[in-house]
Amino acid sequence: MGSLPKYNFMTKEELLAKLKTIITPYVQNQEGLEALHEDTDFIKDLEINSANLVDVVLDVEDEFDIEIDNEAMEKMITVKDSIAVIESKLASK
Amino acid sequence: MIREEIIKELPYDKPFMFVDEILELDDDHIKGAYTFKKDEYFYEGHFKDNPVTPGVILTECMAQIGMACFGIHLLGDNWSKDEIAVAMTSNEMNFYKPVFPGEKVIVVSEKVYFRFQKLKCNVAMYNLDNQVIAKGVISGVSFKKDSV
Repeated sequence: MGSLPKYNFMTKEELLAKLKTIITPYVQNQEGLEALHEDTDFIKDLEINSANLVDVVLDVEDEFDIEIDNEAMEKMITVKDSIAVIESKLASK
Repeated sequence: MIREEIIKELPYDKPFMFVDEILELDDDHIKGAYTFKKDEYFYEGHFKDNPVTPGVILTECMAQIGMACFGIHLLGDNWSKDEIAVAMTSNEMNFYKPVFPGEKVIVVSEKVYFRFQKLKCNVAMYNLDNQVIAKGVISGVSFKKDSV
């Protein structure tokens, strides 16, 4: 019995869509957001400031019901890095 | 760190230091006080012949007590006056009562979260009649001075 974890079977595309929704309110560079791809850098390409990057991480924690520690947070520089962190945290749940 | 020591650690000085004392302090909240001197520099121009404490100064006072003092406490051993700097990163404030020259205010700040060197708090300022002067949300960060 017991229900399956909500996000364990998410595709990369679904995960990316969720992440895009989370970062949207904090993005300064709209062109960067429209052109969002795996190598998009949150600070350089989207001009999210470091304080709002914390909000992104906290929103990611809530959305995926995972806990992100300092070490994982430091890795979350690009979209690709963040998806890797989220996937690894989901996998170890 | 004891309360008096925290105030000595603050990176502010006259004429831009708006903390007199810390009245209460634990890991969830801080309460502090400041009395606006009758001759604070900004009363000369705000307003012409009608001195009222500017909202930005009230916000600054709330940030110095509710964020900086509180943050130094929360950082504990990770705080270093020489190596760490602080910055306000956002605020959303509503104002309800004016503060006149010579008035004492009480600031209460409650932690929303303290994660990854960012502190977010619900902060309120009261007068001595316990009326709300201002209320809002302030966020700030601490960072290594050489990282900017």
